Amino acid sequence: MYNLLVGGAAGQGVDTAVNTLEALLKAAGCGVFTVRDLMSRIRGGHNFSLVRFGEETPRSHSERLDGIIALNEETIALHRDKLKPEGFILCDESVKTDDSRAIPLKLQGIAKLLGSGRAAGSVAVGAALRLFSTPIDGARRVFEKSLKPGLVEMNVKALEAGYRAVEPRFERVGGSHAGEMILTGNKALALGALAAGLQFYAAYPMSPSTSILEYLASVSLKMGIAVEQAEDEIAAVNMAIGASFTGARAMTGTSGGGFSLKVEALGLSGMAEVPLVLVDVQRPGPVTGLPTRTEQSDLKFMISASQGEFPRMVIALRHHEDAYRQTIRAFNLAEKYQIPVILLSDQYLADGTATMPVPDPAKAEIYAPEDVPAEGGYARYRFTESGISPRKFPGTRDGFVSADSDEHDEYGKIIEDSETRIRMMNKRMGKLELLKRELEEPQLLGDERPEVLLIGWGSLYGPLEEAVRLLNAEGKARYGALVFGDVWPLPDRLLREKAAGARALIHVEQNYTGQLAQLIREQTGIRTDAGILKYDGRQLSGEEIVRRLREEGY
Amino acid sequence: MSDSRFETFETAWCPGCGNFNILDSLKNALDELALDPHDVLMVGGIGQAAKLPQYISANSFSGLHGRAVPPAAAAKIVNPALTVIINSGDGDSYGEGGNHFIHNIRRNVDIAHFIHDNQVYGLTKGQASPTADKGSVTPVQVEGSLNIPFNPVLMAIAAGAGFVARGFSGRPEHLKELMKQAIRFKGYALVDILQPCVSFNKVNTFAWYSQRVYELDKEYDRGDRAAAMLKSMEFGDRIPIGVLYQEEQPTFHEQHEVLKNGQILAGRKNDPELVRELMLEMV
Ligand SMILES: Cc1ncc(C[n+]2csc(CCOP(=O)(O)OP(=O)(O)O)c2C)c(N)n1
Ligand code: SF4
Ligand SMILES: [Mg+2]
Repeated sequence: MYNLLVGGAAGQGVDTAVNTLEALLKAAGCGVFTVRDLMSRIRGGHNFSLVRFGEETPRSHSERLDGIIALNEETIALHRDKLKPEGFILCDESVKTDDSRAIPLKLQGIAKLLGSGRAAGSVAVGAALRLFSTPIDGARRVFEKSLKPGLVEMNVKALEAGYRAVEPRFERVGGSHAGEMILTGNKALALGALAAGLQFYAAYPMSPSTSILEYLASVSLKMGIAVEQAEDEIAAVNMAIGASFTGARAMTGTSGGGFSLKVEALGLSGMAEVPLVLVDVQRPGPVTGLPTRTEQSDLKFMISASQGEFPRMVIALRHHEDAYRQTIRAFNLAEKYQIPVILLSDQYLADGTATMPVPDPAKAEIYAPEDVPAEGGYARYRFTESGISPRKFPGTRDGFVSADSDEHDEYGKIIEDSETRIRMMNKRMGKLELLKRELEEPQLLGDERPEVLLIGWGSLYGPLEEAVRLLNAEGKARYGALVFGDVWPLPDRLLREKAAGARALIHVEQNYTGQLAQLIREQTGIRTDAGILKYDGRQLSGEEIVRRLREEGY
Repeated sequence: MSDSRFETFETAWCPGCGNFNILDSLKNALDELALDPHDVLMVGGIGQAAKLPQYISANSFSGLHGRAVPPAAAAKIVNPALTVIINSGDGDSYGEGGNHFIHNIRRNVDIAHFIHDNQVYGLTKGQASPTADKGSVTPVQVEGSLNIPFNPVLMAIAAGAGFVARGFSGRPEHLKELMKQAIRFKGYALVDILQPCVSFNKVNTFAWYSQRVYELDKEYDRGDRAAAMLKSMEFGDRIPIGVLYQEEQPTFHEQHEVLKNGQILAGRKNDPELVRELMLEMV
């Protein structure tokens, strides 16, 4: 596996260079994983991406760099300490550096000769691919997909010029990923929603969730669905509820700030038993926080948001394939139990790209309730044995369909009496018990009988996977990690089993307070012995987890 | 009418409340439009007015305070075969839901919005609503309301609404005709309905309104936007009721690339082959 950092000022074409690199690495068969570290600005500021590639698709970044593409001087100053001794720095010849690993090239000169300094990134990408002994055969096709026709030829030439400017240095890596997709976590989620039958998406722009809205809007005509930019998040969620009540599979997405505005309507979905999928792409809070960075600090908020008590489900997304699969599952669970299901993602996953096999959307399971004939007139909130009342939609000739945020009777009419209240509460809360049968246990990584058990959730899947691999390779002790996807209700079978056999339990989370550890203690009485926490907006890497674990004495 | 298809039910309103006439007018309007109750979706927020959807035999959605319009618009978006009508209060529609009011005028989904304007928050026992007269004394505005009263009809015309009317619950026949026009109108249609609250508004009473309202006559040109804005500012000794402004403009559905050909999203599934094509674009 290799690691390449591409850095420059915002607006210098870091993203274009990274897209080209990713596409060509994939075309050469590599599994690719990229994290984007963005400044919350349109121009200026330092932006960089870490592109990791190898035989398998990596699921996290690494701090040990094999190479740096520096589109400006600052990139070298900021990142050279992470470059391996045998690593390289590709930069323009005008850049002043005393680093012996630098390979100064006429990046600007070649690009300008070909027509525009903006093609300098392509020259560097060509050179980098050559250093990694990776062919550039698919270059034209890649540029044809990503650039305006007038720019294709120039960039192909720039790439080829860079390719010729250096000699191969590293052994070629690669696997069988050429036929896979490469996409962000947000796109994987959006594709899951479409495969699940999404018909209506409403949202208000907010990083890092906006690309879901933009992607769905871009395909809405082809898919024949409605994607609406609402006047605010309150409207977005209430629209999604209205659409779902009327019979369309609906979703709304935002980040923590927008979710704060949706909180009352979350309860409406629970009370009125209207299926709803809500996405929270976390970023560091509170309030505006660090808008373009990552954190996992909304977990306790998601499981408790909104007044009163009602059943809900919260699923944390771990990686790209998980995002696709869990989104489909979220729609089905929301519909089956007529509850809100929250998908908890974060900036690391949302903006990060990865290669992923093309799933078969025709095989996406879509929950279809049995058509129960109405007896004695249709009642939306009919008391049934399971507590789940058959859904019908306005327009049906079987009766009238109602939804009510007030406590209500079987027909959805306001009531005040204690007997109906108790029955309705029991009916709704009973669904939480049914939901527990659907839970997926966390994924166990590393050793089957760990002495030291790491516990994490969501997008720390990749870093934890790497951490236990590194730890077990050292052979000093047996390490394992449990990575939770379903976090509410909390599955506890595997946790109890593995915790009983471990001598130390360590929670690893991207927040200040160890929210999953608290939840586990509350739900199971199991206490962790130590925690590795990070809240600077940057994702833990596997190496950093190992280092911090050593510091803690494990 | 004996062949009525719409039933009304017992309410929790105070005897003498202006809401009763609004419910009657609505029922009669729906009957005269010969709508099938199964195709009607009544939407409300929370408040005394917002209980109306519970009191008539049709589909109903009683959501959150201030949030009646977004689910109503979305319901119509996904199933245009439904007749979607909102009945809600002035506090609900202009106060808590003010942002949705403005932007759904702009969205122009084909829904009718009937606002029971009693110039108070009835359900919470009489505080000033956005339309309360300056100086209104309430349990909260103890020295009288300081705020400039909100003018919903002027606001709606200014924001671009295509159908803006004012009715009075003391003129149920007239109100019924307004409701029929609003329901038939293609696009967002607003009827602000003067509704005396006998319990908490002792100033703007039936008698107070009755002395002041007058019906716009045939001479009035409802297509003249500038004149309509001027007319909308008349609120005091004389209060005009009727259609203040009407101008058809393309609806949300008519302009929407997906919906304009009659696509019904409710109950629809996606074609997996199209999803596969999207996936292959990422290869
Ligand atoms: C979020 C929220 N805030 C406040 C309330 C309390 N509340 C219920 S109805 C209402 C005002 C009702 O006034 P209006 O909409 O004019 O209806 P009316 O009762 O006068 O018909 C208020 C403040 C609530 N239910 N929800
Ligand atoms: S409080 Fe006022 S608005 Fe509410 S029912 Fe009584 S009279 Fe009508
Ligand atoms: Mg009111």
